[in-house]
Amino acid sequence: MHVTSSVRPPLITGGKTYADVTEDICRQVEGKPTKEWKIAFTISVIVLAYGTACLFWTWWEGLGVWGLNKTVGWAWDITNFVWWVGIGHAGTLISAILLLFRQKWRTSINRAAEAMTIFAVLCAASFILMHMGRPWLAYWALPLPNAFGSLWVNFNSPLVWDVFAISTYFSVSLVFWYIGLIPDLATIRDRAQNKVSRYIYGTLAMGWNGSAKTWARYEYISLILAGLSTPLVLSVHTIVSMDFATSVIPGWHTTIFPPYFVAGAIFSGFAMVQNLMLITRVVYRLEDYITLEHIESMNKVITLTGSIVGVAYLTEFFIAWYSGVEYESYAFINRATGPYWWAYWTMMTCNVISPQLFWSRSIRRSVTWTFFISVIVNIGMWFERFVIIVTSLHRDYLPSSWAMFSPTMYDIGDYIFSFGFFFTLFLLFSKYLPVINMAEVKSVIRSSSEKLPAKVAGVAKGERVANPTFNKDAE
Amino acid sequence: MADLHGKYLVGVYDDDEVILHAISKIRKAGVKISEVYSPFAIHGMDEALGHSRTRIGIAAFMFGVTGCICALCLTIWTMGIDWPMIVGGKDPISIPNYIPVTFELTVLFTAFGMVGTFLVTNNLGPGVNPNMFDPRSTDNKFVMAIELGKNKLTEEQISQVLKDSGAEEVNIKQF
Repeated sequence: MHVTSSVRPPLITGGKTYADVTEDICRQVEGKPTKEWKIAFTISVIVLAYGTACLFWTWWEGLGVWGLNKTVGWAWDITNFVWWVGIGHAGTLISAILLLFRQKWRTSINRAAEAMTIFAVLCAASFILMHMGRPWLAYWALPLPNAFGSLWVNFNSPLVWDVFAISTYFSVSLVFWYIGLIPDLATIRDRAQNKVSRYIYGTLAMGWNGSAKTWARYEYISLILAGLSTPLVLSVHTIVSMDFATSVIPGWHTTIFPPYFVAGAIFSGFAMVQNLMLITRVVYRLEDYITLEHIESMNKVITLTGSIVGVAYLTEFFIAWYSGVEYESYAFINRATGPYWWAYWTMMTCNVISPQLFWSRSIRRSVTWTFFISVIVNIGMWFERFVIIVTSLHRDYLPSSWAMFSPTMYDIGDYIFSFGFFFTLFLLFSKYLPVINMAEVKSVIRSSSEKLPAKVAGVAKGERVANPTFNKDAE
Repeated sequence: MADLHGKYLVGVYDDDEVILHAISKIRKAGVKISEVYSPFAIHGMDEALGHSRTRIGIAAFMFGVTGCICALCLTIWTMGIDWPMIVGGKDPISIPNYIPVTFELTVLFTAFGMVGTFLVTNNLGPGVNPNMFDPRSTDNKFVMAIELGKNKLTEEQISQVLKDSGAEEVNIKQF
């Protein structure tokens, strides 16, 4: 039985009943698309169309259309890949780690955050395909018998680990998300007014009836999926960081990379969740479900992970000096004072200084500030990857090979493609699927309703006070 | 007596706490409950209904072990036996390097195997038509189904027990 301390603020405000939750969340799924949605969707599709044209040309002509040169062989492609994968860490973190820690505020944001994760990982995967140059040979990354390619894939290589990590992460996240959706799809099915939506949501709901046995197994597998996803989410960015860390490039070859990348991933992912949820809650009038408490909690995570990232930057710098390796020291001095100093200081300002503003309670509870800082954080995290990749590569071992990187319109166009792709998918999700997990929100309403007097928390629900003796029975 | 097989008395409750306590009262009264349907998971429901603990975790563990063994076989056989190669001066079979792939495949097998088991054991799948006792049970109502054919008490007696335990409505449903 849930008994919540009276000092804890309610998770869901507005004294919502179970029926209110269904009504509020289903409203946008059942109604006609709003004007705002249509405008946003049209813009996304136009952006996607432009990006697809650029991507088509990239594949048609080959990677020569990018700004890469013989010194800088990885630039925007891998920067964008790591950036999107990082963003794709928040959803599973929210739904898995916060479930294990019994953080009930996750229930209002996990659905949208997981959807965001899936779309972000798809964007990341698109950059993997892009940077292969010949995407039709992408299957070479799979362990297929020699007749298909040359040899077996090399299981000692972090690039192969990445193939396994990202595909496992994507598919497990998708399953986790879908299993969570089934009860809500059944709710929509049972409310459907016309045959078509009844058929579609009925098929998607797979015959869910909400029996006690099903719920018990559902809760059990959710817990196990959370337990599996927690090390999985940490492994994914660890392996991504090993793409760099196992090489011998000064600036990449550092053991701090795995925890530093994981913290950075959570940092940027939460910032992206903030951006999406702040818009969604206003457009769909979900202020009672995604309250300032939720925003504040997420800002606290942003501050924590931002601080870890800041410490990692300083540690890297310190170790570069302390190790006595002059190449390593040079790589770092070059980052801060070389030709890419502006990228380095953009990263430092955005990632180290801006999240520290959240120590002020009024800033971390301000919607405008949160939105603004979240955008800044994601800009900073993009620059972090750019700094790590490009500044480590552009000054090669031989000064005669030193070069600079400048993006072409195709580098930029392919990045724009990922935005179009991401927002198109997210808008489709937010229109046709419930953006908040209704079943889970209903399960936390009782222990969090603001109408509840502290003494009967867990027994009564607002004005509908059940037989008070029930409380005694249960204890 | 008419055939009572497939004939259910459906108690509709308004509150999860009420139905949770109603269950023990109804079971004490000697009524056998077929199943309870709710819009969300209610903690303590299994114990109240006397359901045994789900064994899906055992299945999940087995799938995980399978995944782990498959991954080790794949990596060791391809790298060390089928086409041995020395990479980076390491032994062709270097188990520590295979940990990431083994871990990922273990997770993959566990997750998919477990979810597959979940769908099969609960008879969930595209095209499955659920027997819904009351469509409101996915919205805001808590529904208890009692099959008359499996109970000794009469319809009126059970109906009275349901109402006494706090049911808002008692309906009859035939499947």
